Amino acid sequence: MRGMSETTLKGENVHLWRGERHVLRGVAFTVSGGECLQLTGPNGAGKTSLLRTVCGMAYPEAGRICWRGTDVREDLPSFHAEMAYLGHEPPLKMELTGRENLHYWVAVRRRFAAAELEAVLGRVGAGRWADRPVRTLSAGQKRRVALAGLLLMAVPLWLLDEPTTNLDVEGQHLVGALIDEHLAAGGLVMAAVHHPLAVSERGLRRLELGGV
Amino acid sequence: MSELSVVPSLTRPERAPRNAPGAAAVAWMMLERDLKLAFRKASQLVQPLAFFAMVTTLFPLAITPELTRLRHIASGVLWAAALLSSLLALEFLFRDDAQDGTLEQYALSGRALTGLLAAKTAAHWLLTGLPLALIAPLAAVSLGVPAHALPGILASVTLGTVTMSLLGAIGAALTLGVRRAGALLSLLTLPLAIPVLIFGAHATQLAIRGQPYGAALTLLGALAVFGMTLAPLAAAAAVRINLE
Amino acid sequence: MTWTWFHRLASPPHLYRTAGRLTPWFAWPAALLIIAGLIGGLWLAPPDYQQGDAYRIMYVHAPSAWLSLMVYTIMAVAGAIGLIWRMKAAHALAAAAAPIGASFTLATLVTGSLWGKPMWGTYWQWDPRLTSELLLFFLYLGYMGLRAAFEDLQRADRVSAVLAVVGVINVPIIHYSVVWWNSLHQGPSVMYLGKPTMPPSMLVPLLLMFLGFTLFFGAVVLVRLQGEVLNRERAAHWVEEELGA
Repeated sequence: MRGMSETTLKGENVHLWRGERHVLRGVAFTVSGGECLQLTGPNGAGKTSLLRTVCGMAYPEAGRICWRGTDVREDLPSFHAEMAYLGHEPPLKMELTGRENLHYWVAVRRRFAAAELEAVLGRVGAGRWADRPVRTLSAGQKRRVALAGLLLMAVPLWLLDEPTTNLDVEGQHLVGALIDEHLAAGGLVMAAVHHPLAVSERGLRRLELGGV
Repeated sequence: MSELSVVPSLTRPERAPRNAPGAAAVAWMMLERDLKLAFRKASQLVQPLAFFAMVTTLFPLAITPELTRLRHIASGVLWAAALLSSLLALEFLFRDDAQDGTLEQYALSGRALTGLLAAKTAAHWLLTGLPLALIAPLAAVSLGVPAHALPGILASVTLGTVTMSLLGAIGAALTLGVRRAGALLSLLTLPLAIPVLIFGAHATQLAIRGQPYGAALTLLGALAVFGMTLAPLAAAAAVRINLE
Repeated sequence: MTWTWFHRLASPPHLYRTAGRLTPWFAWPAALLIIAGLIGGLWLAPPDYQQGDAYRIMYVHAPSAWLSLMVYTIMAVAGAIGLIWRMKAAHALAAAAAPIGASFTLATLVTGSLWGKPMWGTYWQWDPRLTSELLLFFLYLGYMGLRAAFEDLQRADRVSAVLAVVGVINVPIIHYSVVWWNSLHQGPSVMYLGKPTMPPSMLVPLLLMFLGFTLFFGAVVLVRLQGEVLNRERAAHWVEEELGA
């Protein structure tokens, strides 16, 4: 029983069609606790499609995604409760403040203490402007609020699509440090990137997706 | 980082996430969120009401200013106007959240999307249906409806707009992936709304004539209950397809 | 093992060929039955003692009305199957059936109003059956409009399947609310349908027409299904081979 619940994310022979495009052609991968899988490849290679397939937003024509040894399709809600997906754009409401955004985004998943929220905001360097409407924030600042949400969700599996977009050098190092800390705590990361992540080599694995 | 204890124990056997709030708390959070967002863009709130008032004004101008004659068509005017007004804000019921990615986060939250969408629909009703029901008696007076009919009008429009919001949620979810969905949304929603129109207008007519309208209200209530069970399921299915 | 046929059928080339093979088995009986039904209905059956010859439009009107409902139901069932088992063939069937169903609905409305002229003295009455049929026509238009609004065929398939299921649940509610509405405002319908005293000379041609129309629908939907499959698979190799051969 213990073996079954080992924290491993596994993709087996994943095929995905988008209309007439065969986007993913038998993709296979394994990520275990403490590992980061870095997805690279040219535009249109299917990096985003693969991430969306993993999180259940796209349905593969063949193959399957297994989490802890079982097909995620068997129980998507339980899988979703253990994963976080960050897409190209930070999922934030422009009219709400950073703090309100984090509340309505994460609190539907889990209750968190005010101190935890403050700690997370401090960690991503968002403490000073977390009470401003997101509309007034720069793209990089929005991205930091999204990273705070990622930390606050407190889930083992991170699925990140271009997590360093719009971030300055300091912000890119922050992303690298967050991922390193997450891996050190036994977490898993799958990230689609254009530029290599600033993470330590230990636990880093690469998957190159082919162009079309 | 370790003092934050942000990363949960990875080998925990239980399936449900730790500290997960209950379904009712989640729905309440969603409702509160949508109300808060709506009040930050308050100008949009008034538009369906203004539209409703405008449509009811068209009929006296187009037909006759005589209140005795307007009274005969009042139920039809009120209900046609109410149906059309409740369609107005529908297109953006889920669209705003789909565009900024927050809806996707809710779909991936592990929480039941049906409950979340039901809460959003409830917020939509509070913001458009309920105000319509509250000004419908005013509009009725302007159409020569006697005062004794006003409670019946208030009750029937209240129940009818609940079903309209629910049907509208289905339509909005179906057309979520369509770029300019306004006309299509109306074409999808209005045929389904015919029973609401029939029972609602009938209840209103009975109320105007001073006859008991309880049975018609019951039918309207039955439609609303039926909608509550069916609409969130259909909307959740359609939203998931459109987010894919 | 019992599911093999189900998956075989879902394979596009197999579906295409099966539909092609089945078409004549529907088309010829349909033609014979409709010809027999028309001869029986238009010449052999006696005139009605009240309506004279006007009632004979029933031989087209009633089967069309039946199919307008049946096709919508088929679309909903096919859509549900497509959603649940992710069977693309079922979606293709629903897509193929929709315009045919809409045509039958339109035919019902046109023949109904033509029948209305001698019966009511006007082409249109807010008769409950015709009104329901008109609303059904709007449901078809919405369904086809929704389908057309998506560029991605798969999404169009699945979204419109949800609509068809919602629609088919609502059709009886709409129908009974319209009947109820009508009973408040005027007497029951004067149309001839469902009258239990119909003599066999009138009834038999009607049954032939029902069966003939249903088979005719089967033939047309199979041809359209072939078209749907070809369109959806136009990039596949088997299509080239099939059409080149």
